[in-house]
Amino acid sequence: MSATIYVPGDAGALSIGAGAVATAIRAEASRRGVAVDLVRNGSRGAYWLEPLVEVVTPAGRSAYGPVRAADVPTLFAADFLNGGTHPLALGLTDSIPWLKGQQRLTFERVGIVDPASVADYVKHGGYRGLTKALSLAPADVVQAITTSGLRGRGGAAFPTGIKWKTVLDQPVTQKYVTCNADEGDSGTFSDRMLMEGDPFALIEGMTIAGVAVGATAGFIYLRAEYPHALAALKAAIAAAYQAHYLGADVAGSGKRFDLEVRVGAGAYICGEETSMLESLEGRRGEVRVRPPLPAIKGLFGQPTIVNNVVTLASVPWILAHGAEAYANFGMGKSRGTLPIQLAGNIRRGGLVERAFGLTLRELLYDYGGGTATGKPIRAVQVGGPLGAYIPPAQFDTAVDYEALSAIGALLGHGGIVVFDDTVDMARMARYAMEFCAIESCGKCTPCRIGSTRGVEVIDRIIAGVDAEHNVQLLEELCDLMVQGSLCGLGGMAPFPVQSALKYFREDFRARH
Amino acid sequence: MPSETAVVRRIVAEHKERPGPLLEVLHAIQAAMGFIPPGAVPVVAQELNLSRAEVHGVVTFYHYFRTSRPGAHTVSLCQAEACQSMGAEALATHARDRLGIDFHETTADGKFSLEPVYCLGNCACSPAAMIDGELHGRLTADGFDALIKETAST
Repeated sequence: MSATIYVPGDAGALSIGAGAVATAIRAEASRRGVAVDLVRNGSRGAYWLEPLVEVVTPAGRSAYGPVRAADVPTLFAADFLNGGTHPLALGLTDSIPWLKGQQRLTFERVGIVDPASVADYVKHGGYRGLTKALSLAPADVVQAITTSGLRGRGGAAFPTGIKWKTVLDQPVTQKYVTCNADEGDSGTFSDRMLMEGDPFALIEGMTIAGVAVGATAGFIYLRAEYPHALAALKAAIAAAYQAHYLGADVAGSGKRFDLEVRVGAGAYICGEETSMLESLEGRRGEVRVRPPLPAIKGLFGQPTIVNNVVTLASVPWILAHGAEAYANFGMGKSRGTLPIQLAGNIRRGGLVERAFGLTLRELLYDYGGGTATGKPIRAVQVGGPLGAYIPPAQFDTAVDYEALSAIGALLGHGGIVVFDDTVDMARMARYAMEFCAIESCGKCTPCRIGSTRGVEVIDRIIAGVDAEHNVQLLEELCDLMVQGSLCGLGGMAPFPVQSALKYFREDFRARH
Repeated sequence: MPSETAVVRRIVAEHKERPGPLLEVLHAIQAAMGFIPPGAVPVVAQELNLSRAEVHGVVTFYHYFRTSRPGAHTVSLCQAEACQSMGAEALATHARDRLGIDFHETTADGKFSLEPVYCLGNCACSPAAMIDGELHGRLTADGFDALIKETAST
């Protein structure tokens, strides 16, 4: 009998040597004449332990990490195929404290299953949600999503069930389900991990959405920066068609659902839903004026669901386990779990899925272990390039849409970027404006021109030119952009600037 | 060898029946030729019944589409916040010096193009770079040099 070994094929794990580790394991096994079954799983999300190699033992999956290719012969020598002891041994994967304390619902299979196998997906509970959905009336599927309290995980946090109900209620034949996989926020990678590690969860979620609202076609709008996710999605979609989970007769229900991936072309703005729809239609990704809402007039003018990857991938769990079970997690109006991403200058970075309500402090220190550089944390940016910078004095804030909103911050897509005490907050504020200038679609003036003026004003402050006056000018410019922009890019790009001014004012001075 | 126009016509023919085909067509042209040659724009416009301005507008809107031939290898360095927190700016300075070019430029020998990118989704392994579609994390100056040396020899 051959030993089963898991070596992640996740892009992040590959970026730090997982490919070389897999090659070394194959070579060493062959040299020793040992039969091994090597599975390329997704990542468990503990990037500080990647490349994380797992071996199936009678007691469970046993982990070793972080493994370098050069360690492989010593692992074989230590009999790791039978869970042997080794300096890199971490014990059973499920008992690693960093992973054990998590509440993995949406990510329940990521890092565990073979992402290319429908059979493995089904074996681990996949397609139970679809089966349930097919046994219900469409309105009841939508009601289940509403009852679960699920809100859009892309950042806007709009109640998913209400969006679906609007699409369901349109008396139109052609409707669409679109997935926004344009995960452009720095500090976020949960969509990527899910698409690479459990692509069928997204496919199933979109299929359920189609069944629920009467849409027969779906599009995944994937950013061009994710070639590994593209390969995983294409393989999984082909396998789902093969197994009749997609196509003219979804799981024998007589219902049609077709799905394809469309690749973006490096425009951050296409993560804004109307800009994404323009791009899917083959045009410049310029923001549309709302109303009409995409749920009424969306892709090709038809009623369209636009949801983020994590939102859609949470749907199968909700249907399979029940809306109440999902709603039992979380706090206040933030129900369920959130895959939080610990990023940047952090010692133990990666993906932490927990119910809403955990504090930033718990995430940054208990999970994250402080900075990678060992210096004190000076600021964290939550919610991507449009999110506020938060100082340590506010680290007891809970990760919850309303709690963060109450301190003038936002949760966004759940990314937390950590900076140590060497960070220059005036430069980070300048970057926020610069990024907005680079990525503005150009449709509205406050964003297109305001961002460039913002860079110039901050440059003058840094150069020591009439700092007091220019700081006031910057504050006024921020107000104007927030009030006057057409969408969230220009409307929120000032948030990091305003928060830097508020909490780190001492950095806005002349440099020498 | 088929003419540029013939290649473009064939690509458009493959995609034109799909809904909203322009981005798919441009991706296919760039995959085949490495960039979107200026001569492709009127052909695509004619075949898809669009104006040249519409096609040009789309080509130039998206950062990913190139209008000039890239080097044999494309090095994309992440410049976004998570990577900045781990020294992406210093790494970019090093990369510019090592390759002797600035962002958006190609080395004189045509080997390398250097591009900034705003997030590769590898933010727990910053700083990150992508070279010819391969992702690299926790990159140091020495690591960068080793990758460039290895890539140049391929």
